[in-house]
Amino acid sequence: MMVPLNPSAKPTSQRRIAEGDNVVVYERHDAMRAVTVRAGGVLQNRFGVFRHDDWLGRPFGCKVYSTGGGGGGGRGGGKAGAGFVHLLAPTPELWTLVLSHRTQILYIADISLVVAYLELVPGCVVFESGTGSGSLTTSLARAVAPHGRVCTFDFHEQRATSAREDFERNGLSSLITVAVRDIQSEGFPEEQRGAADAVFLDLPQPWLAIPSAGITLKQDGVLCSFSPCIEQVQRACEAMRSCFTDIRTFEILLRTYEVREGALKGAADDEECNAGPLPHKRRKLLPPAKTSDGIHNPSSVMVRPCSTAKGHTGYLTFARLRVHGG
Amino acid sequence: MISNHYVHTFQNRDGASGDTIVEALIANSSTFGKKTVFSQEKYKLKKQKKYAPKVLLRRPSTRSICETYFKKSPARTGFMRVDALSLLLSMANVGPYSDVLVVDMVGGLVVGAVAERLGGTGYVCSTYLGSAPSSIDIIRMYNLSSDMTSRIVQAPLGDLCSLQNSFNASSVLKDSIQAEGPEPNTVPVENTEPSIPQPVDTTVLDEKAQSSEVQPTNIDISEPTMDEQINQDDNSSLDCKGNDVSSIASKSLRAGKAPSPEKMKYWNEHGFSSLIVAAPGHEVESFVADLLPLLSYSAPFAIYHQYLQPLAACMHSLQVSKTAIGLQISEPWLREYQVLPSRTHPHMQMNAFGGYILSGIRIHNGDACNGIQ
Repeated sequence: MMVPLNPSAKPTSQRRIAEGDNVVVYERHDAMRAVTVRAGGVLQNRFGVFRHDDWLGRPFGCKVYSTGGGGGGGRGGGKAGAGFVHLLAPTPELWTLVLSHRTQILYIADISLVVAYLELVPGCVVFESGTGSGSLTTSLARAVAPHGRVCTFDFHEQRATSAREDFERNGLSSLITVAVRDIQSEGFPEEQRGAADAVFLDLPQPWLAIPSAGITLKQDGVLCSFSPCIEQVQRACEAMRSCFTDIRTFEILLRTYEVREGALKGAADDEECNAGPLPHKRRKLLPPAKTSDGIHNPSSVMVRPCSTAKGHTGYLTFARLRVHGG
Repeated sequence: MISNHYVHTFQNRDGASGDTIVEALIANSSTFGKKTVFSQEKYKLKKQKKYAPKVLLRRPSTRSICETYFKKSPARTGFMRVDALSLLLSMANVGPYSDVLVVDMVGGLVVGAVAERLGGTGYVCSTYLGSAPSSIDIIRMYNLSSDMTSRIVQAPLGDLCSLQNSFNASSVLKDSIQAEGPEPNTVPVENTEPSIPQPVDTTVLDEKAQSSEVQPTNIDISEPTMDEQINQDDNSSLDCKGNDVSSIASKSLRAGKAPSPEKMKYWNEHGFSSLIVAAPGHEVESFVADLLPLLSYSAPFAIYHQYLQPLAACMHSLQVSKTAIGLQISEPWLREYQVLPSRTHPHMQMNAFGGYILSGIRIHNGDACNGIQ
């Protein structure tokens, strides 16, 4: 269960792996996958063959080894059975990284800003359209749990079904209702008028849904519209001006840094500008670099930004429903 | 053009309304007519802001509290921008029934935010080095209900660690730990609120202090029921807030109690479900090395800092010791836009720095054999 819903359900990381559990298999920082543990089940990857039976009873966060017959392992290749992976308890963050993409998804930077600006706390009711692959939906569920509600809509029947299955698998069905509906043309259901503390829109033409969002929101409720293109943002803001106030638009990105231990060369050293091996995640303490004149430069931990980064995801526009008489 | 002196006379003597003044300014301005439509709009808004200010009352939230401190006194909150705080909460998987370990040296901003997200379930254990906790006054801005504030406990790091060490030393000693557990209320109640800005009736404070010393035992007994009666909505917190100074004082005293021995034992056996560190002026490498063993395996952590080198050193030592995976240092970048017809562009001024975050997941370090342990 990704989000505990009652006091007896301890957060998953505090108990042992059992059959039927979902685990996130961490192979490398950029290679993870979700696996449902089954008796007799087997996972095969670049590090070897892993038997699910070996995982039962182990704590989440443990390291498990392949049973041999595998290729180069996590440490020094070639040795059979030396491959290992870590088994992690799924969280909404990990889920975002391992879920199957049926659509473009939202990542942690946008997700965390949305949850904060929508002012979601346990007990809130939040409406979302479209569901997409359920990346944001999962985080919304955590934010409003255990007694809040997420009502999510997608016009694509198959995607809605896949999302529903994912939520079921992750134990979130009691928090999330998925419905097939074209919000752009039909709006939110009339019977949900005034039901929402917050509304989130990720639609190609959000301005069509904004009046209905205004009706569905409680007074002083918060709306968020996510759009990749600035033209969409302009039209959405235009549509918001009559019923909404405090309209603010942001973009958020994450810059990541890489860390490496090494020593920079002194002035008298080789001209070559290559400063040592390329950084990688698995690390041992390196001996201090030896310079050309035999003097050891003390090695230190050096840090610099990663060269790859996302340039853009989308613009986030937040607004509050105007309070009458205010 | 109307002179400033004239406007003041207008305001004070004739008691003219702000809107009237603005209209008069516009009517008497020699340059107004020559301005473009956009410029006129801008001029009018500027004058309105000065002479006809409107005040809106808004309910506080993590977002608004963080933004306000960031704008007005960022040094107090370690220059933590809203997006950085939001990331900390997500990265640390703060949700219902979590036991979140927090090191908050940003005035209570993080403790309050975590308590808000817990919604009256789980616990936020605010830990500190040394004998006295740092101020977490800011939690009073959050309008937390009494359920939520009761979830905030404080315990010195020494207590949490020593319990762990004695547990690890021998399982035979396990029973004796129950007998000689840490004293409840080692931290005197007065210390949890070292500086209270508004004047508080000291007799009220003393009364509350006396009665609260008895409370820990009562809370232990009613603990199971507290887990069950979940605080539904923050709407209830809206009722019990505001001008009552004594209620504010008592609420802050309710928060920050020492955890019960039962709770300490539970955390010692199971570990905390996540960790957030916000000590932007401190060296973190050794701090984190002491904190990580207090987490359960597969528990995520997020460490905020103003400076990059301490996080780099910390990340490197975690990589070497292999006690954590999924390590990443992130720097959030946030830009706000002005969206107006034919005038859409990012704001001309932006904030360039909101902090760095080191995130990761604690794992079991040590070679495990195949098969069930």
